Amino acid sequence: MSRRTRISVAWVALAGLAVLLVWAYAGLPDFGHYRGPYGFVLDRIATPDRHMANVVNATTYDIRGFDTMGEEFILFAAVVGVVLLLRGEEDEEAEDAIRSDLVRVGGGLAIGLLFLVGLWIVAFGFVSPGGGFQGGVALASAVVMLFVAVSYRAWRRVGQETVLDPIEGLGAGGFVVVGLAALASGLPFLTNFWGPGIPGTLWSGGSAPLVNWAAGIEVCAAMLVLYTEFLEAHVVPSIRGTT
Amino acid sequence: MTLATLVPLQSVAFALVVLGATAIVLTHDLLRLAVVNGFYGLILVLLFVVYGAPDVALSMLVVSTVAYPLLLLVAITRIRKGK
Amino acid sequence: MSFLPYAVAVWVCIVGLFGIVTSKNLIHLAVCLTVTQSSTYVLLLAIGYVQGGGPPIFKGVKLGTTSVDPVVQALTLTDIVVSVTVLALILALALDVRRDAGTVDPDKIGELSG
Repeated sequence: MSRRTRISVAWVALAGLAVLLVWAYAGLPDFGHYRGPYGFVLDRIATPDRHMANVVNATTYDIRGFDTMGEEFILFAAVVGVVLLLRGEEDEEAEDAIRSDLVRVGGGLAIGLLFLVGLWIVAFGFVSPGGGFQGGVALASAVVMLFVAVSYRAWRRVGQETVLDPIEGLGAGGFVVVGLAALASGLPFLTNFWGPGIPGTLWSGGSAPLVNWAAGIEVCAAMLVLYTEFLEAHVVPSIRGTT
Repeated sequence: MTLATLVPLQSVAFALVVLGATAIVLTHDLLRLAVVNGFYGLILVLLFVVYGAPDVALSMLVVSTVAYPLLLLVAITRIRKGK
Repeated sequence: MSFLPYAVAVWVCIVGLFGIVTSKNLIHLAVCLTVTQSSTYVLLLAIGYVQGGGPPIFKGVKLGTTSVDPVVQALTLTDIVVSVTVLALILALALDVRRDAGTVDPDKIGELSG
């Protein structure tokens, strides 16, 4: 159908969808009057029972850990899809370096700082806002600063399939291995099997921090694989002058 | 934050979300789209903080300041260079 | 007043879908898809909000203070990171289409071939 027809049909359809959505949302409890029991139960028991101060991460990695494993594998599958689409281009070096000293020095210092902050966000996931998913993206942005602030060649030392694929597999498989370790000692899959520690410190939460680090490593490596594929397939030919 | 300060902040945040979403859809120039998308990410961070969800705000912050602009700019560069 | 967040979620969803339908460029289409996704985040967090509640983090805060629902936050924060990879997948497809068909206009692509 032509573009004009499509847009007029869209107006009608979207108006109908809007009416249906408003009708559906009007049946929800009022804003601010959350009714469901699970939120209140989790708020009450997560800190005394699992000794984790951050209830959201306790939910993500311990109480609903199976769901997070599924999300991690969605990430893995989407990255595999991108790699299948884009890999196969030439593997060439490109002469591209930042010439301004200020940017190189400042960027280089920023890389160390960003990496440290990323590690802190992952490690303190059960104490303050943070966790594996956020920290993984922050770590990946620290590494991609090598391309942004230094040069393409420095980035290529890290942004390679031979380096990143094992790390990504380690992260994704680590999640499953931790779950299987619980299974091997007679407990259900992904049970928290270490003794809980002191809430509010780094030693808290039993074996859930292992899962936290596995998720952080996997997200970091997945983001870096995405950046590698995009930069290699599309920026290198531009820099080299070919189309 | 007491309740008295929270309600005006929430209204401001919701108004900005509506404006940001409409602005993204109406922007057709690609470079401007990357910038407006970055702004929309920051507006969502404000909204999530006002909702009392710092973890979600942190997640949206790291994603919309690094990952989205990088991927969009690489795609835009490739589309423009290949003319 | 209490319907405002849900109204915002409806508006953002509809506006995103409208952007997808009327888009002239595949990259603009991908970004409008992320806008539609963000309407689900607004909705989920609005459902879990408790009046006068703080964040569900209990370090230095006494147990039992009112706090918002942590389950919807756990769902949303993994979803945000996964949406980056979905965007990357769509952009990679768009660039493939550019290489094969020479254009990123969805109206001009025509049928698949080969």
